[in-house]
Amino acid sequence: MVVDQIADADVDRIFHALADSTRRDILTLAVGGKYSVSALAERYPMSFAAVQKHVAVLEGAGLITKERRGRERLVRTDVDTVQKARELLDGIEELWRARVDRIDNLLANEKRTTGGN
Amino acid sequence: MSVTSVVKDPESLTMTVTADLDATVERAWQLWADPRQFERWWGPPGYPATVVDHDLRAGGRITFFMTGDEGERHDSTWDVIAADPPRHLELRDADVDEDGRPNDGNAMTGFVITIDERDRGGAVMAIHTHFDSLAGMEQVLATGVEEGMHMLISQIDAVLAGAPA
Repeated sequence: MVVDQIADADVDRIFHALADSTRRDILTLAVGGKYSVSALAERYPMSFAAVQKHVAVLEGAGLITKERRGRERLVRTDVDTVQKARELLDGIEELWRARVDRIDNLLANEKRTTGGN
Repeated sequence: MSVTSVVKDPESLTMTVTADLDATVERAWQLWADPRQFERWWGPPGYPATVVDHDLRAGGRITFFMTGDEGERHDSTWDVIAADPPRHLELRDADVDEDGRPNDGNAMTGFVITIDERDRGGAVMAIHTHFDSLAGMEQVLATGVEEGMHMLISQIDAVLAGAPA
């Protein structure tokens, strides 16, 4: 079960990392693994140090990894961690689909017994 | 009439479920505003919800619990952030312990519900859920797994009884 696969401390770190819009943006950019920290920094109206700090938070949460390419260190989103969030959402989607089914039944039964509303 | 779209964003931890309902906007609002109505759809057969407090005004609070046939119980408390009948409702969810106190450290979930007329008659209900954390999603799902099992069991029971599932 997905629930057992993430330790509480990891969950807290992932939560903290995802709670910032710049960091979510970096995650989206870094899916392809094409950006170095300096290339990322050029895209944001903030200092290199500030972007580096965001990247460090994402790395600490296991949401990105860094890999060396020549003289550069490229940043890559760990799709598995994002995937865990997606799996959780899939499960919750099923809950809501079942709830809407029950609402439909409730409304349909009411129409049958009262002849409409 | 059913779910028409589900938009999930794992990076911002949000989900929006949109459903067409064969009902007027006012009738759809009652699904939330009338606690007896709410009890009939929130939990699956075999894992029903029982509403304890239901003060559907901004600043009000809704408390309810769900019980399984083994006697297991799951309590919920929602703070009402906004309630503008019959179209707009904002709730914030915090799990509580057996004494009804919010559990410290439990992640919270926010809901924004909007209800509107549908062009071709009926109502459209959108439920936008925002999770504060993956932990919050796991918690919702952990309860949901239990819900799912009860659902399955009631379907099996119906099959065994020869009733349409």
